[in-house]
Amino acid sequence: MDRTKIDLWVGIFAALGIAALLGLAMKVGNLTSSNLGETYTVSAYFQNVGGLKPRAPVKSAGVVVGRVDSIQFDSVTYEARVNLKLDKRYPFPKDTFANIYTAGLLGEQYIGLEAGGDEEFLKENDKILQTQDAIVLEKMISQFLYSKASESSESNE
Amino acid sequence: MSRLLSGFDSLLRGIGHRLVDQFWRLGSAARFFAYTLIYSGESLRRPNLVIREIYFTGVLSLIIIIVSAFFVGMVLGLQGYNTLQKYGSSEAIGVLVALSLVRELGPVVTALLFAGRAGTAITAQIGLMKATEQLSAMEMMAVSPIARVVAPRFWAGVISMPLLASLFSMIGILGGYLVAVPIIGVDGGAFWSQMQASVDFREDVMNGFIKSCVFGVACAMIALFEGYDAPPTADGVSRATTRTVVNSSLAVLGLDFVMTSFMIS
Repeated sequence: MDRTKIDLWVGIFAALGIAALLGLAMKVGNLTSSNLGETYTVSAYFQNVGGLKPRAPVKSAGVVVGRVDSIQFDSVTYEARVNLKLDKRYPFPKDTFANIYTAGLLGEQYIGLEAGGDEEFLKENDKILQTQDAIVLEKMISQFLYSKASESSESNE
Repeated sequence: MSRLLSGFDSLLRGIGHRLVDQFWRLGSAARFFAYTLIYSGESLRRPNLVIREIYFTGVLSLIIIIVSAFFVGMVLGLQGYNTLQKYGSSEAIGVLVALSLVRELGPVVTALLFAGRAGTAITAQIGLMKATEQLSAMEMMAVSPIARVVAPRFWAGVISMPLLASLFSMIGILGGYLVAVPIIGVDGGAFWSQMQASVDFREDVMNGFIKSCVFGVACAMIALFEGYDAPPTADGVSRATTRTVVNSSLAVLGLDFVMTSFMIS
């Protein structure tokens, strides 16, 4: 086996390997769109974040506009403080509404933003004032049972 | 009574002897590793040696890696579809195939195949060079066998392994695609888009890449050391080759667990 042939084969091998890695990055890992460009951070307080996790998507109208950066417990207000990193390309009004939704019945939880009508936009380190907590299944069931029980006791009287 | 004591005594001595022996081997392996790194500069200045070894360890392993990746991907596609279909989420098959390949199967199976395909060849070659006194001859000519023989093979292994693992993952995903989309009839758009939504470049692809680099170092080092340390007989070389496969496989699986537990936390 002479030198040039070995060089050629090793070149082909390296090119194949690097192409595979690039393919994994672009086609599988979706490097191009999952990475946000410039971001700004805003926070939102929730009574209950349910199963929300860091790196969960923040969506508005179904489009990913940011990611959950971190979730902390605020020991003054006894609420969960969720820091959101939003893409600089998408400014949101000050009275934006933040909800915690679940994708599908058993899917992951994400934050949905609904833009309000304010003329001023959220800035770095601003706080989203209007929030709605995650729906906790146990709470819903107990409420449902409670209302059923009161209904049946009323009809008995 | 005294006979029982002396029997017990020799048993303990046997255990102690083996333990000390193993530590000696571990120590000389560490020294061997350090020497390899020290002499690496010398061999990297002559890249032809490394390129030649990449040809033998990397290029010649391509066929087995590509074929087995294709089959592993296709089996994952079939098995995954069977289970996911029960929950009505057969579109998530892309996620299943991609995550299991990129995170675990790509690096691990490639390392196991690499140990069997390239590691044994390295051990046998170096063991035979030692048995036929080629290594001693080099030393006589003031050529360091570590710089001339060991270091190029080490770097060839370290470079080939991540490339092979990336190739394995990519071909496996294509194999899964082939089974899921044209044969079973899962929607192609959903296959890719769900995969892209849940595979993260840094968390999944890069971590798999780091794993494969570590496996490359481990497999190359074990194969080289077993060859260099083999008793210079036919029997010794054959035992060393066996030990290469066993030790590399155990090292890969053990390291995989340790790295995964660090990466997932």
